[in-house]
Amino acid sequence: MPAERKQVLDEVAARWNGRVQLSPEDGSESAYRLECEPAELSEVCNWLFSDLHYSFGGLVVEQLTRWELRYVFYGGPGAGWLHVLTHLAPSDYRVPSVSRLVHAADWHEREVEDLFGLVFEGHPRLGDFVLHDDAWHEGVAPMRKSFDGRQPVTHRAPDQNWKPRQIVEEAGAFLMPIGPIYATATGPVHFQLETVGEDVIRVQPRLFYAYRGLEKIAEGRRAEDVLLIAERISATSAFAHSLAVCQAVERICHMEVPPRARALRIFVAEFERLRHHVAAIEGICESTGLAVAAAQASILEEDLLRLSCVLTGHRYLFGLGTFGGLTINLDDSACNRAAAQVREVAEKLSRLERMLSISSSFLDRLEEVGHVSAGEAGDFGLVGPIARASGVSRDMRKAQPYSGYDQIEFEVPHESEGDGYARLRMFFREAAQSVRIISTVGQAVPGGQVRAPEVSFRPGAALGWVEAPRGAALHWIRLGEDGVVDRYRIITPSFANWHGFRLAAENFAFQDFPIILATFALSVHENDR
Amino acid sequence: MSQWVIKGLRTGVKSTRYPRAEETAAGISPGLPTAATLPLEVAQSLVARCPADALELAPAGVDVNLRRCIHCFRCVRGTNSPLGWEHSYEWATAVSGGNDQKRQFGPAFDRSVHILVVDTGDCGACLNEVRQLNNPYYNMHRLGFFLTPTPRHADVLLVVGALTDHMRVPLRKAYDAMPSPKRVVAVGACALSGGIFGRSFMCAGGVAELLPVDVEVPGDPPPPLAILHGLLVAVGRKPPARLHRAVSDSVGNASG
Repeated sequence: MPAERKQVLDEVAARWNGRVQLSPEDGSESAYRLECEPAELSEVCNWLFSDLHYSFGGLVVEQLTRWELRYVFYGGPGAGWLHVLTHLAPSDYRVPSVSRLVHAADWHEREVEDLFGLVFEGHPRLGDFVLHDDAWHEGVAPMRKSFDGRQPVTHRAPDQNWKPRQIVEEAGAFLMPIGPIYATATGPVHFQLETVGEDVIRVQPRLFYAYRGLEKIAEGRRAEDVLLIAERISATSAFAHSLAVCQAVERICHMEVPPRARALRIFVAEFERLRHHVAAIEGICESTGLAVAAAQASILEEDLLRLSCVLTGHRYLFGLGTFGGLTINLDDSACNRAAAQVREVAEKLSRLERMLSISSSFLDRLEEVGHVSAGEAGDFGLVGPIARASGVSRDMRKAQPYSGYDQIEFEVPHESEGDGYARLRMFFREAAQSVRIISTVGQAVPGGQVRAPEVSFRPGAALGWVEAPRGAALHWIRLGEDGVVDRYRIITPSFANWHGFRLAAENFAFQDFPIILATFALSVHENDR
Repeated sequence: MSQWVIKGLRTGVKSTRYPRAEETAAGISPGLPTAATLPLEVAQSLVARCPADALELAPAGVDVNLRRCIHCFRCVRGTNSPLGWEHSYEWATAVSGGNDQKRQFGPAFDRSVHILVVDTGDCGACLNEVRQLNNPYYNMHRLGFFLTPTPRHADVLLVVGALTDHMRVPLRKAYDAMPSPKRVVAVGACALSGGIFGRSFMCAGGVAELLPVDVEVPGDPPPPLAILHGLLVAVGRKPPARLHRAVSDSVGNASG
């Protein structure tokens, strides 16, 4: 056991002297579980989060013989994963809220309250979150096992008297509703912007218009079919999410992934990251009205989409990942050709970056706009390039390496300003690192099979994680007999970053709002699931 | 800012020649499976592999219901007897029942059609492919198609996604706010039949559950050119394709 983890575990034993039970997580070398009574929960979580600076991964709730609440934390490579567990009797539904101290857990608790009907005592704001108060049947918790997710529900007539909560009471305060259908071709989200004059004082995104109940409809399906669902959480990071599910299932079933498949997974995952970042850059250029730059970036995005299709058969990499490897072998010459084309894209991208960096009217819209401090980013548990733009430089590929990332040389860039321009630079710098990884891996893909022999499923549960293009994605999957899924929990980077989006958008001018939104590169689909 | 003007001019014309000529660039479409004449056992095993019920057992082999195909490639990968695959993109079909006079477009709409895109809960793929229509490769402005953010200006309602419970009311309101004549184009397997999300407590299983659909564009997601074909079908500038392919047809002629 690494010294760092041993030290933490020793200190847990000393501090809580038997009130927190320590045990290794089943089938995992890097995860430890800390079991405690609900009363100790806040203190333990806060100690990990605030004192030891563990990142809060997410909350996994399972309705087993009793309620199991699993607060997942992770640190650097030496620290590994710590799962803080607490249990409730089947008829019990009250648990103390931890989000007063661990603010990153705020939305996780709201989601669980809505979907499972558990109440987090002391949470300041529950209700109207995933399930909209004006449309959903009060008191129906769809994630409970007793609820049949395959049956349609009767649609409640919308409550005509429902009104958003207005907080700002200043003279001249105005609540500006935007969405869920707004602008051209955007994901469905509703914003309530409270303004006083030019400035947006309060930003409240109302999400989950694209809530498809993916965690619920996965239950009772076979693991292979859940892989199809994972690809369709968010198409722009389809491969990343499918990889996370694959790794979870492979962990449960003790499957060895052949070296060739591990290398190709990295190749494709970085390719997807590059495409996502190019699209994010395009979005930022477009939001500022810089049409030629946006067109240049969108040419590169389409080039990469076409290259995806040539390489893997699908423009969004659907149908590529599978348990134990990949469904097709990408031969060496195809990888080399793809890597060469990627380098061409990278050259064009760096020319675009140079031109943008001397376009003062463009920079004026980004610099010192939409600021998020390192402290805020940490408190809200922001992830990915958005967090790294504010100086929080945790990256799953380095913190908890998977698929062989620990054997590859690359850097995780970070910035410190935390403004819109820092986020734009992050996308450029990370894209350059992805190109570097694609070149390195593409040159020397190990030979052999791309897929392990036939899967033999076992019952069990495990966590799979990846650094998706937008940040850390955690998938918890519990398999029953014959590879049938009993519980599937999807924790996405967009969920974390939407939570913190208001930090950036508040107290800036109304006309900055769409630009700040673009610099966050958020996905509604990835958030809503 | 002159650098951007020069940059734009230097890039040259990127636009596809479609619909005047066929587009042949690599990677523009994921393609679709084709119906095949097969022994019963092989046909049965392929039908069992399809997670989306897109393959149907026919007396002589396998029929393909393209409305339901989600490009999982399970009928061509990991099997010893793969189905055929074709790299077409003209996939849009006109739905019968859209013959209502009030819904038909006149000649005034030939070169100026405004489109409202509504995402009713997809994965972002269809939406992203719709966005690509504005990139220099597809550049749909040249054909008189324009995206609009408001239903008041819209002639065509382009719907992607599986129609979630939360989007029923906004979609209905948007449709009602559009002036007549108007047409509805459903894009992607989810908008057509619910796709992988199916029919559940949250998803209605297709846009047709709520609105009259005029044109269907299959695919998961349909590539930009298939969506463009759908728009051209909606205004009567391209003939529709057929979606159900049977082994009894001559295989491979079904698109366009």
